[in-house]
Amino acid sequence: MKVLNIISSAYRATLEEQDDTIVWLSHMLAGAGAEIDILLRGPAANYIVKGQEAGPLSIGGRRQKHAPDVHGQVVSFAEKGGGVFVIEDDLKRRGLAKAPALAAVEFVSTRRLPRLFERYDFVWHW
Amino acid sequence: MTGKQTITVALMDAPFEASRTATIMRLIDCVVDKGCNVNVFAYEGAVYLPFALQKAHANSIHGRDVDEEDHPLPREWIAALMEKARVRGVQFDWVNCGLCVDERGAFEAIDRVRRGAPADFWTMATSSDNTLVVGTN
Repeated sequence: MKVLNIISSAYRATLEEQDDTIVWLSHMLAGAGAEIDILLRGPAANYIVKGQEAGPLSIGGRRQKHAPDVHGQVVSFAEKGGGVFVIEDDLKRRGLAKAPALAAVEFVSTRRLPRLFERYDFVWHW
Repeated sequence: MTGKQTITVALMDAPFEASRTATIMRLIDCVVDKGCNVNVFAYEGAVYLPFALQKAHANSIHGRDVDEEDHPLPREWIAALMEKARVRGVQFDWVNCGLCVDERGAFEAIDRVRRGAPADFWTMATSSDNTLVVGTN
């Protein structure tokens, strides 16, 4: 059974969770045997852009050791064989069409989404 | 009152679900650094921010055990802010909405969190120099 996870709410609680929870869930479901790809849309399109980094976080006297690395999460997902799609219209809207990006990503236009969806048994929009 | 400036903050988001939580904690940290008093009124899901039973976990996807992962917990952020305020000699008052606590069973809060009601928020707001409402969506 093939699953497409659509991720649109970017950087949501990533400092607390130390990752994007839906990219993380995609890793876990793939580990549990799911054949799973991700589609990044809206602000989450930025996840494919290289060179982003969250600085160390300190609140009160509580220092955090590991900042989230959402781009690294997506890279790792692709390296494990997961497909990564991004809506190119969303990149263009944000001026990111020519930004240095993850090589393994596949660009898809909004117009072609129905054809992409036809490849999957489940399409889940998170 | 100590004569210092006072800010009241109303929060609504549950822990681990919104980036607003880390942002407001950082803002409160800055407020304490400036030597200002802080009142917090936790409404709805925010009553779980100081929940005492929050527990860190390992993360197999990150390849780190529980100690190495060092997962941040909002209750620890709040305790750290309270301690920082104590050391700096500023007031830090955290009130959980009691009915919100009851609805959610969020009874076990860290020390120095008190149970209150919307009337406490009104009292806080009217006795402060300014009030910041951090709503949810």
